[in-house]
Amino acid sequence: MTSHNPYAFSQRHLLGIEGLNRPEIESLLDMAEEAVSVSRQIEKKKATLRGRTQINLFFEPSTRTQSSFELAGKRLGADVMNMSVSSSSVKKGETLIDTAMTLNAMRPDIIVVRHHAAGAVHLLARKVDCSVVNAGDGAHEHPTQALLDALTIRRNKGEIDGLIIAICGDVLHSRVARSNMICLAQLGARVRLVGPPTLMPPGIERFGFEVFHDMRAGLKDADIVMMLRLQRERMNGGFVPSSREYFRYFGLDEEKLSYAKPNALVMHPGPMNRGVEIDSSVADGAQSLIREQVEMGVAVRMAVLEALARSLPND
Amino acid sequence: MTDAPLVLINARLFDPSDGRDERGGLLIENGVIAAIGPAVSARSMHGARVHDCQGNVLAPGLIDMRAFMGEPGAEHRETLRTASEAAAVGGVTTIICMPDTTPAIDDPAVVDFLMRRARDTSLVRVHPAAALTKGLQGREMTEIGLLREAGAVAFTDGTRSVTDAQVFRRALTYAAMFGALVIHHVEDPCLVGDGVVNEGEFASRLGLLGVPREAETLMLERDMRLVRLTKGRYHAAVLTCRDSLDILAKAKSEGLTVTGGTSINHLALNENDIGDYRTFLKLAPPLREEDERRAMVEAVADGLIDVIVSDHNPQDVETKRQPFAESANGAVGLETMLSAGLRLVHDGSIPLRRLLHAMSTRPAEIVGLPGGTLTLGAPADLIEIDLEKPWVVDAARLRSRAKNTPFDGARMTGKVMTTIVAGKIVHQYRDV
Repeated sequence: MTSHNPYAFSQRHLLGIEGLNRPEIESLLDMAEEAVSVSRQIEKKKATLRGRTQINLFFEPSTRTQSSFELAGKRLGADVMNMSVSSSSVKKGETLIDTAMTLNAMRPDIIVVRHHAAGAVHLLARKVDCSVVNAGDGAHEHPTQALLDALTIRRNKGEIDGLIIAICGDVLHSRVARSNMICLAQLGARVRLVGPPTLMPPGIERFGFEVFHDMRAGLKDADIVMMLRLQRERMNGGFVPSSREYFRYFGLDEEKLSYAKPNALVMHPGPMNRGVEIDSSVADGAQSLIREQVEMGVAVRMAVLEALARSLPND
Repeated sequence: MTDAPLVLINARLFDPSDGRDERGGLLIENGVIAAIGPAVSARSMHGARVHDCQGNVLAPGLIDMRAFMGEPGAEHRETLRTASEAAAVGGVTTIICMPDTTPAIDDPAVVDFLMRRARDTSLVRVHPAAALTKGLQGREMTEIGLLREAGAVAFTDGTRSVTDAQVFRRALTYAAMFGALVIHHVEDPCLVGDGVVNEGEFASRLGLLGVPREAETLMLERDMRLVRLTKGRYHAAVLTCRDSLDILAKAKSEGLTVTGGTSINHLALNENDIGDYRTFLKLAPPLREEDERRAMVEAVADGLIDVIVSDHNPQDVETKRQPFAESANGAVGLETMLSAGLRLVHDGSIPLRRLLHAMSTRPAEIVGLPGGTLTLGAPADLIEIDLEKPWVVDAARLRSRAKNTPFDGARMTGKVMTTIVAGKIVHQYRDV
């Protein structure tokens, strides 16, 4: 692994992959490699964020992302507070800005935000004095997911340059897909988008990616097959007719996977719908990286928090 | 197939798909056309069974893109068997049946059932069109991929329009992924309201509520824009007025993958034929003014309207012996479609070639079926037509279980003498 300038990333916030250049992304991945080693030690604690306050502000329910950020902050020594929408005053009618101003007054150092509306995290970032990490805004971006996916791929394939990566499924509603396509393209991969036309964002072909509506064609010679989650409410006739038809044409099973390269690897951001977008034999099979993605999630979030902490004021 | 070869001799070979019109014969082997031309005779085909066409037209069997069945769910009106008998008499060798059954054809298992029933009971070929939305409710798209694999050849909500443009947009988009054909009944139910006949002077004199042409044109205009957006493959089931023709012509000139059909009723009849509240002429869309009928005939003649359908819709006494406004829509048509069309050939308004093209070749192309042609290797689905045979429609003698024909008592010129499906004679006319 070539080491790049470890200080390439010097942003105040991480709001999206869009706008990051390749050295910035690679420096975060390099830092995450170190975090992997830390996480694999018995003593998993560092002191980088000692005395700092991290608030996880989740307007949308999340288990894995929120716990991953919580663990990352704690391993770096930060005081981590979780705020979820059900216990917040948003339910009582407070606006997003009011919530932000209230939290700001508590003088946190980093706020990690997930919100169901695209752009909400950017809005919040403009109103607070601390660093903001986007943990997912609507169907827009989920930058730490893209970074953890890139890290997982890099660790398994050596490098990302030149790989054929098929992102499959509900691209339309997926912030994971958006962040990933930008990130992986920045790192030199050939990105393909595969899914039914009802789940493709209009105009996506002008992003410069290849679009397929047929899994076999889209997976042909792919190095990485990245599956996306299909929300239950989208399976029943609105966007696709049924989960059984979706599985038939777009569910990743061994037959469809056989069109990819023999050593192709399978990824999924979780949580999976087994028997809808992915067959259990593939999800749990030898080519699956799905569990490793979760481990890399903590490491990447540690790297992001550390990188942001460097630009926090020190007095 | 072990049937002995069948040779049809002394025929006027008439193929609307390639312009063939010549004296000669046609040899059928293994259910397909094995030889055709002036050289094919009984003598040249030793050992074959012989059928003498006596100089009559021999043309591809008709493919009816819009027929409603009573099976499953309303077998007292029509079964696949009775419909197929009517079809055979009328020269229809392939029926595309509509999904408006009970249950609706919106599940692969129903498609499978229907195809098995047709295989076991029908004299002619039957291909189901499946529902475009679940339960024909216009809300959620059906399993277009799985239905297609089961054998559905097109997707339509039958007599219903999909009013929700978002639902229709997504269904068109999704269907386009499979190259699947969407057939749409173009009639905005809000504008139809309680209307039962064409809106205008005639309706007002009868004291009936009318259906404006705009119920059709607004929906068609919307559809054309959605087709442009989605690149879907679209067929307007039954168009009935001049304004719709303008919309269709514009869409075709833009290169959209759209085609249009009309029903034999809208070509042969106008609103005045309803006369004294004759419910057998209550149709949806309704019969229009004579001007509109003439425009439709011209559009068939020049090819703008691609397809003529029977719009066969069996209704029973309990649904038709009602006050006009309360009776069901629809008329049977499988048995009379060709003869009613030949009226327009005899009066010079549609060439025979175009009539048969609109009833066989063009439907085959649009639906993606191998028939509608006399070329070698094509299925031996054939009809022998005596163009000059006079006959009178007698509702009581229709093969269809339901007798709701708008042509009862009509004098026709031209009749199907023989109908052949996959090389088998399934109907032969006998004078009674």
